[in-house]
Amino acid sequence: MMTEISLNILDVTENSTRAGASIVHITVEVDEEKDLLRVLIEDNGCGMSKEQLASVKDPFFTTRTTRKVGLGVPFFREAALQAGGSFDIESEPGVGTTVTAEFQLSNIDRMPLGDITGTIHQLVIYHQDTDFVYKYVFNGNSFTMDTREFREILGDVPFDTKEVSDYIKEYLSENKYNTDNGKNI
Amino acid sequence: MKSLEELKAIRDKMQGQVGLRAESEASTRVVVGMATCGIASGARPVLTALADAVAEKKIPDCAVTQTGCIGLCQYEPIVEVIQPGKEKVTYIKMTPEKALEIVDKHLIRGQVVSEYTIGNQLK
Repeated sequence: MMTEISLNILDVTENSTRAGASIVHITVEVDEEKDLLRVLIEDNGCGMSKEQLASVKDPFFTTRTTRKVGLGVPFFREAALQAGGSFDIESEPGVGTTVTAEFQLSNIDRMPLGDITGTIHQLVIYHQDTDFVYKYVFNGNSFTMDTREFREILGDVPFDTKEVSDYIKEYLSENKYNTDNGKNI
Repeated sequence: MKSLEELKAIRDKMQGQVGLRAESEASTRVVVGMATCGIASGARPVLTALADAVAEKKIPDCAVTQTGCIGLCQYEPIVEVIQPGKEKVTYIKMTPEKALEIVDKHLIRGQVVSEYTIGNQLK
């Protein structure tokens, strides 16, 4: 079991990168009026067949051959369902996969969003072959981080250069703060 | 608000420097298992602690990377240190604090922290 929604995002997005996605869109949307926290992960990876898609919510299904369980998607789904939310996964071979998880924001069983800045930072730094578009929305305010913009400026300077890595972390945390005023979600 | 102008300044500074190298050229590799098992047991802060410490202490020729499931889920978070000509060292049940010890003792001074290795932990 994960302890933060952001850890689920990290885990499920790892699947996108392993599916060969060249770009992953991650949206985290918080709406206090609608009492809703929505997470959307869209990739353009290899996608899944109907059979795979049907079994992916089953913890005893995995593409791995070394052991018989795959818990990433079931963990995320359980986290959403136990917090009065919903979970949906759509996929098409050759097109990509979209995962949507909705949580009732005020639900006592909703786990905290957690360190979303650290999560996105880690995804960006350790998957330099993949582009990420991360959008954070809080009560209608929003900011977007797009690694294609970083890449265009940086040229061949890698993301894991200390100065660049620090910049990306600050970019994420400052913009998040400007969007939600540091609210603990 | 952090601007993209700042990033341009960083790029201009970095491009003038030699020694920017791709990860694959580094001789020491520190690998953290980041599959569901690793993440659920706390691998994210371990990876952050390692990457920050290696950058801050300017350890030369050392790349911190991540991998999928190492196959020993019950011992996660797992950190492997791979150096040319040496046997791979596998540390298990890592925390950010233990990871910093590994940076100081193993990566900087070359002493394996045998207390945390899989061989000793399983005795």
